[in-house]
Amino acid sequence: MLRKMFDVLEGLYSHLRSMGLVLKHTFAKRVTVQYPEEKPPLAPRWRGRIVLTRDPDGEERCVGCYLCAVACPVDCISLQAAEREEDGRRYPEFFRINFSRCIFCGYCEEACPTYAIQLTPDFEMCEYNRQNLVYEKQDLLISGVGKYPGYNFYNVAGLATKGKPKGQHENEDAPVDVRSLLP
Amino acid sequence: MAIIYIDGKPLETQDGQNLLEACIELGLNVPYFCWHPALGSVGACRQCAVKQYRDENDKQGRLVMSCMTLVTDGMRISVDESESKDFRANIIDWMMTNHPHDCPVCDEGGECHLQDMTLMTGHNYRTYRFKKKTYVNQNLGPFINHEMNRCIQCYRCVRYYKDYAGGHDLDAFASHNHVYFGRHEDGVLESEFSGNLVEVCPTGVFTDKTLKEHFTRRWDYTTAPSVCVHCALGCNITPGERYGKLRRIRNRYNRSVNGYFLCDRGRYGYEFVNSDKRPKAPLKRQMIDGKPVHVPMTRDEALSEIGKFFSNGSKAIGIGSPRASLEANFALRALVGAENFYLGLSKADGKLLSAVLEIVLSGPARQPSLGELKDHDAVLILGEDMTNVAPIAALNIRQSVNNQPRANAKAMGIPEWNDLPVRRAMDTDRGPLFIASVAPTRLDDVATQTFHATPDGIASLGFAIANFIDPQSPAANVSGEVRALAQQIATALQSAQKPLVVSGPSCRSEAVIQAAANIAWALCRKAKPAGIYFAAPESNSVGLGLFGGANIENAAEALRKGGADTLVVLENDLYRRVPAALVDELLSLAKHVLVVDHQYSATAQKAEYVLPGATFAEGDGTLVNNIGRAQRMMQVFNPEGEITESWRWLRRLRAASGKGREDEWISFDSFLHALVAEIPAFSHILDAAPTAAFRVGGLKIPRQSHRYSGRTAMKANVAVSETGVTADPDSPMSFSMEGFSMMTPAALMSSFWTPGWNSAQSITRFQEEVNGPLEGGDPGVRLIEPQPDSAVPYFDAVETNESHDAAWTALPLYHIYGSEELSASSPAVAELSPKPYAMLHSDDARARGLLDGDAVTVKIDGQEISTSLKTNDTMARGVVCLPAGLEDAPYIEFPAAAEILRSVTS
Ligand code: SF4
Ligand code: SF4
Ligand code: SF4
Ligand code: SF4
Ligand code: FES
Repeated sequence: MLRKMFDVLEGLYSHLRSMGLVLKHTFAKRVTVQYPEEKPPLAPRWRGRIVLTRDPDGEERCVGCYLCAVACPVDCISLQAAEREEDGRRYPEFFRINFSRCIFCGYCEEACPTYAIQLTPDFEMCEYNRQNLVYEKQDLLISGVGKYPGYNFYNVAGLATKGKPKGQHENEDAPVDVRSLLP
Repeated sequence: MAIIYIDGKPLETQDGQNLLEACIELGLNVPYFCWHPALGSVGACRQCAVKQYRDENDKQGRLVMSCMTLVTDGMRISVDESESKDFRANIIDWMMTNHPHDCPVCDEGGECHLQDMTLMTGHNYRTYRFKKKTYVNQNLGPFINHEMNRCIQCYRCVRYYKDYAGGHDLDAFASHNHVYFGRHEDGVLESEFSGNLVEVCPTGVFTDKTLKEHFTRRWDYTTAPSVCVHCALGCNITPGERYGKLRRIRNRYNRSVNGYFLCDRGRYGYEFVNSDKRPKAPLKRQMIDGKPVHVPMTRDEALSEIGKFFSNGSKAIGIGSPRASLEANFALRALVGAENFYLGLSKADGKLLSAVLEIVLSGPARQPSLGELKDHDAVLILGEDMTNVAPIAALNIRQSVNNQPRANAKAMGIPEWNDLPVRRAMDTDRGPLFIASVAPTRLDDVATQTFHATPDGIASLGFAIANFIDPQSPAANVSGEVRALAQQIATALQSAQKPLVVSGPSCRSEAVIQAAANIAWALCRKAKPAGIYFAAPESNSVGLGLFGGANIENAAEALRKGGADTLVVLENDLYRRVPAALVDELLSLAKHVLVVDHQYSATAQKAEYVLPGATFAEGDGTLVNNIGRAQRMMQVFNPEGEITESWRWLRRLRAASGKGREDEWISFDSFLHALVAEIPAFSHILDAAPTAAFRVGGLKIPRQSHRYSGRTAMKANVAVSETGVTADPDSPMSFSMEGFSMMTPAALMSSFWTPGWNSAQSITRFQEEVNGPLEGGDPGVRLIEPQPDSAVPYFDAVETNESHDAAWTALPLYHIYGSEELSASSPAVAELSPKPYAMLHSDDARARGLLDGDAVTVKIDGQEISTSLKTNDTMARGVVCLPAGLEDAPYIEFPAAAEILRSVTS
């Protein structure tokens, strides 16, 4: 008998507490954002639409190394490396991301040794037609450096570049003179 | 057998090995750089250090270089001990001080031994903070890219290039930490085997220059086991495809064939597959604006239109090809009937081929496999420039001259793998190698003696040698000087353990081939296990020869007789085989001409119909190499358009004509069985590879790596929904990454990879023992075995006619780059093809007032060939040599009588 009365009281308390909480939240600050009229703030490292960036000299950063493609768990990146006639600089002849497959995991960005491929805080890329989610290089390449303003792969790679032969990049000695036996 | 204790565990190893080899065979991960299974050890890189202990009580131990330590019974070592581990990590750390940070743009990346070893030793952050050394690169020609910054000074390249391949123009320059590997100046690497540097160099210093044009990483290729089609040796290759284009050729190890190496024609001749000129759909000739033009038609149109020509009651003539697979030739034979099937060879070529076949099928001398050439200790070459005709055979013969001097090293107790002391002990000694040829050859530098003469002169020398060995064999009438040489050669061959006689058709002389047979047979009859080895002209020459049949001239006769309306030419450019007038006649005699080929050859251009055949990379087939080894090539990728194997086109035609059932020979295996049932000589080809029903654990074998990338994007530009994977009814391989890639039989092995071993060095993980056969046996089956007790009589010696009349004898000189039809249309190879020339002995030229470089006209058979004169001080007299098979050069039936005139300059 006593036990039954206790159960009833406990149930009553639980109900009243719930109603109280609901009442309290009626006056709380709202979290729901009236998207799309109102845009929520996104963290700078939000993983959204992918871009290809340029180095500080304005050259395409991507060197067509295929590391993003192989890191991608859904295999939605495909490209072909090519070489610039004048100085042998590598660039992607085509670069395609199938965003209808992309899971925005960011592995490609992690794998990229040149900071070329970056995920951006833009997720508004819905399409009625799935085919439109296939982005080519002209859709991906931006004119800026993105998150890593100073980095230029070819300054540290050790390769000769246009107007800068061997030995003129960062942390490089002048080329070895093969005909000298001096230390 | 020796028992060694590794980290306390007793393990079995082989006597005489070094510790590194033992560890590799046991599947242990000991990092190394300078050791290479074909090159042995020099102890240069210090990467392979392990701890060795005196006995079980020794806790201290000492570091030893495993590659320089002979395995002894009861030896105790540790691989995992911390001091040796630190030592190895340090070595990498130091190597990395100057290694650049350019892996992303390095073509070696992903299959780099340096990357693998760095990972294996656990070195992952560079501690070196100072300036890096740099080097200026060189332009080494169309095959090899040079990026010297990446070098770790392991010396493998020069050891391979100079010591193994006999090259002279790659070396180590400068000193101390400035050592530079390259040429003395920019220029094309001279060796015909330079491409192997790509796989020998453990870093990205030497990489494939043709691959750079369409670079693809290792994991992104679709590959299948295949066979090189650029000469008759049948080296095993792994072609790689991406985005519908063939990207590169890599070596596929097969101890009985090419081992670790390919020649540059085989490695770089592949680009003909990507040519835009190839027919991609069935073509029909139509007159447009009064000009004949080939217009594409659909498969059904083609089959119903062409099929009619073969219906019952109509007769068709079929011309096969030595560069088409057995299957293709058989399908043609089945379509036109055996009596109307002609080998695609000229009468002269056919005669030389049958001479060779007769000898190897009936004689007592065994044909060694390509790999076994290395084991012979005395070699005589009669009338061949092996480097230009059968390149890897030349590379292996070059190794054979080390066998006798190696005995010196053995006598001093130096193990065979200890490369430097072995080479010191050999000093400049070389085993016997005698070369008799028309003109100097690329092996002359290691020859004991060379002899330059006309084909008849070479044959006479051969007959004289045979006569010295066995007086029963017919004597030749030779001068005293030649006699002395013959005796010297006979003695050298007789005192060797394993003598070898090499010859072939390049002299265009049956007598030379028969003289070679006499020598080998004489040796056999004197109880010497002599080998005989013949070069053959094309990838399936011997296979075609085994079919048996008449030649192109006979086909012309049959057409002249009438009764046949249709001529089918299979993968054959007749203009390269017989005089143009005869081809023109052939083509005009037939009412309908059908060419099935993957090349838009001169013959195809004149055909009424062209059906687009598949190259080696796009279809399955079997090739029989020069010694009768049948090897299967697996389809690598699905070609665009209507391209398919020739045998499949011919099968379809057979069905369309009503001769065969629609459902007959649909699968490769059923077709192969029909072939074997019809021609029992080929019955063993069924063993060349597993059937299409073969599975490993119920799964197919993938053509793509497990990290093949871009699957959901590569075709997304066309349609975003992925299409299914094409099924392969012909082989147990899948056109995707699905399947099981371990425990694959060697014949289906296209890519050698195990965790941690991504580079070409991974091959050791798939060999039964270091330098041994692949696990489960080397792929391929021998169709021709010797008749040890054969009593076949010796051939009669030639009558030499040493007097020269006014006319010159024109003879061909073959060129590794340029003489072979398919590779010659690949840009990199074409770049190195020789310009047309005519070569005379300097004295012969002088006697006629001609000088090197003069413009001359060579008149042969009424044709006038304007070319430039080359002179040579040692070649045969009375002979004019012309390059064979160059593109656009007119066909010449060698040997021919020629006249040489100075060109009149206007
Ligand atoms: S974010 Fe992930 S799924 Fe998308 S492209 Fe990059 S690696 Fe692939
Ligand atoms: S990882 Fe970076 S540099 Fe390499 S291909 Fe991808 S985007 Fe280009
Ligand atoms: S170039 Fe390559 S093979 Fe030659 S020493 Fe350097 S790393 Fe070794
Ligand atoms: S030797 Fe002949 S079969 Fe071997 S790779 Fe060279 S061309 Fe090809
Ligand atoms: S592999 Fe042993 S020292 Fe180089």
